[in-house]
Amino acid sequence: MSNFEIVRREDFSDVTYLLEVRHPMMAKAAHPGQFVIVMLSEHGERIPLTIADFDAKKGTITLVIQAVGKTTKEMQLACKVGTTLYAMVGPMGIPSPISHAKKVVCVGGGLGVAPVYPQARAFKEAGAYVIGVLGFRNKDLVFWKSKFKAICDELIVCTDDGSEGIKGLVTEGIKQSIAKHPDIDEVVAIGPPIMMKGCAEATRPHKIKTMVSLNPLMVDGTGMCGGCRVKLGDKVKFACVDGPDFDGHKVDFDDLMTRLRRYTKEERMALDHWEKSCRLQKQIEAAAASLDSPSPATVAKR
Amino acid sequence: MREQDPQVRAKNFEEVACGYSPENAMRESERCLMCPDQPCISGCPVGINIPGFIQKINENNLRGAYDILTDTNLLPSICGRVCPQENQCEGVCTVGDTLEPVAIGRLERFVGDTAIKEGWVNIPYIEPSRFKVGIVGSGPAGMACAADMAKAGCDVTVYEAFHQPGGVLRYGIPDFRLPNAVIDAEINNLKKFGVKFECNTLVGRLFTIEQMIGEMGFDAVFVGVGAGYPTMLNIPGDSLNGVLSANELLTRCNLMRAKEFPVFDTPLPLGRRVAVVGAGNTAMDAMRVSLRLGAEKVYCIYRRSRKEAPARVEEVHHAEQEGIEFNWLTNPVAVLDDGKGGVRGMRCVRMELGEPDDSGRRRPVPVAGSEFDFEADVIVYAIGTNANPIMGQTSKLKLNKWGYIGADENLATSVAGVFAGGDIVTGAATVIEAMGAGRKAARSMKAYLGIRDSALPYLAPGGEGAGTLFGIDLRERNFARVRVA
Repeated sequence: MSNFEIVRREDFSDVTYLLEVRHPMMAKAAHPGQFVIVMLSEHGERIPLTIADFDAKKGTITLVIQAVGKTTKEMQLACKVGTTLYAMVGPMGIPSPISHAKKVVCVGGGLGVAPVYPQARAFKEAGAYVIGVLGFRNKDLVFWKSKFKAICDELIVCTDDGSEGIKGLVTEGIKQSIAKHPDIDEVVAIGPPIMMKGCAEATRPHKIKTMVSLNPLMVDGTGMCGGCRVKLGDKVKFACVDGPDFDGHKVDFDDLMTRLRRYTKEERMALDHWEKSCRLQKQIEAAAASLDSPSPATVAKR
Repeated sequence: MREQDPQVRAKNFEEVACGYSPENAMRESERCLMCPDQPCISGCPVGINIPGFIQKINENNLRGAYDILTDTNLLPSICGRVCPQENQCEGVCTVGDTLEPVAIGRLERFVGDTAIKEGWVNIPYIEPSRFKVGIVGSGPAGMACAADMAKAGCDVTVYEAFHQPGGVLRYGIPDFRLPNAVIDAEINNLKKFGVKFECNTLVGRLFTIEQMIGEMGFDAVFVGVGAGYPTMLNIPGDSLNGVLSANELLTRCNLMRAKEFPVFDTPLPLGRRVAVVGAGNTAMDAMRVSLRLGAEKVYCIYRRSRKEAPARVEEVHHAEQEGIEFNWLTNPVAVLDDGKGGVRGMRCVRMELGEPDDSGRRRPVPVAGSEFDFEADVIVYAIGTNANPIMGQTSKLKLNKWGYIGADENLATSVAGVFAGGDIVTGAATVIEAMGAGRKAARSMKAYLGIRDSALPYLAPGGEGAGTLFGIDLRERNFARVRVA
């Protein structure tokens, strides 16, 4: 099938990196909005990552990852071109419904900029007028601006500190777009839950359809564990098989955010444990290196 | 059979039942009456020649016993451990009329484990056929179907979405009931038959069933993906942190090895007081896993009485020995919130048994005013599963009204060449029933492909004398795909 070889890597900042993984079959099957589950090693956990791009011709899947926890930091160190992942399964989830909307705002916040790209491209290919709204904390974290420029009719970049584009959150960009275009049919927002919540609130008074892509904790990603259940009004849905895209106006974001914090303590523990073993490893290497290199005394004897 | 002491084993993941010694097995085999009725054979979903293999044990011919077992059951070590024998072979055993029935399951396990230890494997002469068979799901149904199709000479590939094969045997059943080494051994046997396993493959999404039959060139496909999708109770507090499905708990613990966190990366919700809702085998597993992970108190909450509990008798017994507190005739009303998104406890109501319902079991009804609260920090739901929706979302397979795959009595689906069996057809059931379905589907598949099934005499339906011509059923003479060896 594939041995999940990493064929390209790009570092956007000291925390954000891109991996292109060879999987020809998946590259052919993938649709915008779907995700994969990745394992770095046999001892690793299964982490869901939204597909940021796919290229059927090259046979690759692109993932954009932020080093925040143990696994993503370990991947940042370990995943070099030519290395392989232990597992990558997908494409999972229901593809984003690319509607016949004529005018669409595609909003990406932080890492969410990557997965909103295939959707923006699909809308463009379907003939829609696409307005891109990208949000970053500051200028240094900006990535894929030119990639978006190529497929968007308008592009608004927002930074928290105003170091690039407009100063403010993506909701500011949405408000500007709505003010300029009263005929927006749909908003697609991907990013941290708090951002998606803000986007849904920004469009609610205008009654603009708003789709969000949810990122709850998952184990299997095939509808088997129920860990990724989210509340939609009075209904419970599993993000892995019923989503991950849902109507943002119905999602209970507070519930999602609480559930995302379920393993904060354990995540911290895993990270500490790993960092400690990394430090030990470095010390061992340093000690080994000093043993290998002849000490001044032995040199003198020669 | 020797068992680990309950106090000791409740702290480890070693197997509870240590298995028979050869002397024990010999002694137990002598209890079989070799009665002419052989009710045990019809009590077995796959029809193992039970008196036959017991006779061989008694003759101290373990290899012979293994040969008889593997004629019908490829996975004796697994079935000996996880079959509900009391409802099957042992439930109808003639000895059981007056005494304890013959411990068929334990004898089966003894023979299977001996084979693993001795490295026995029965690979029959396989004549390759030109057919390519795809199996979706590497659980018990898929494994059984794969074995039979491989024996029939087909080129068999089993697809599994997880990173390790075995399905529910791997993610669901804990080590103390079914050690991973046993699953590995049985899967390796399948590989010796030429079966290929492709993990990390989510059929439906990576490619569809239709693509398998079409561009990928499979002549037949078996779908045994299991039920999976866990049921939540739909009571207030369902979505609180600390409420999880038994599937999630068991998958984290068994497959992802969260019990070895942080050496393995996957964390587990460790509870001080754990309440498990349900009383099936999965519920028993969830309770006993929780205990082994260090819970001080584990409660079982079940709305019916002990008599109706669907778990194997041995599992309930083991759980009781280990100190699980059973609350029969108790139904959850709400999960109580600790104000920080977690669980503080549970509110339940006492039940009493009323009139029998559709399932024939007496319907539990709440006792008015009997609500009570108790303290708990983790709540596990083990109240059954629904159909996994992926197959329905991605293929044209006809589903029934509950979302399970619709199949006829031969387990053929609405798509030609595609067969289905196990939980995804019947809803949640047992490992051996899934294996039985896998074998049944294999028989239908062979008929569909026109492969001569040596296990099937060519008899007309109803068992009347068949009109055969040189061993070929008359109705098959002009059948395009008949294969004359």
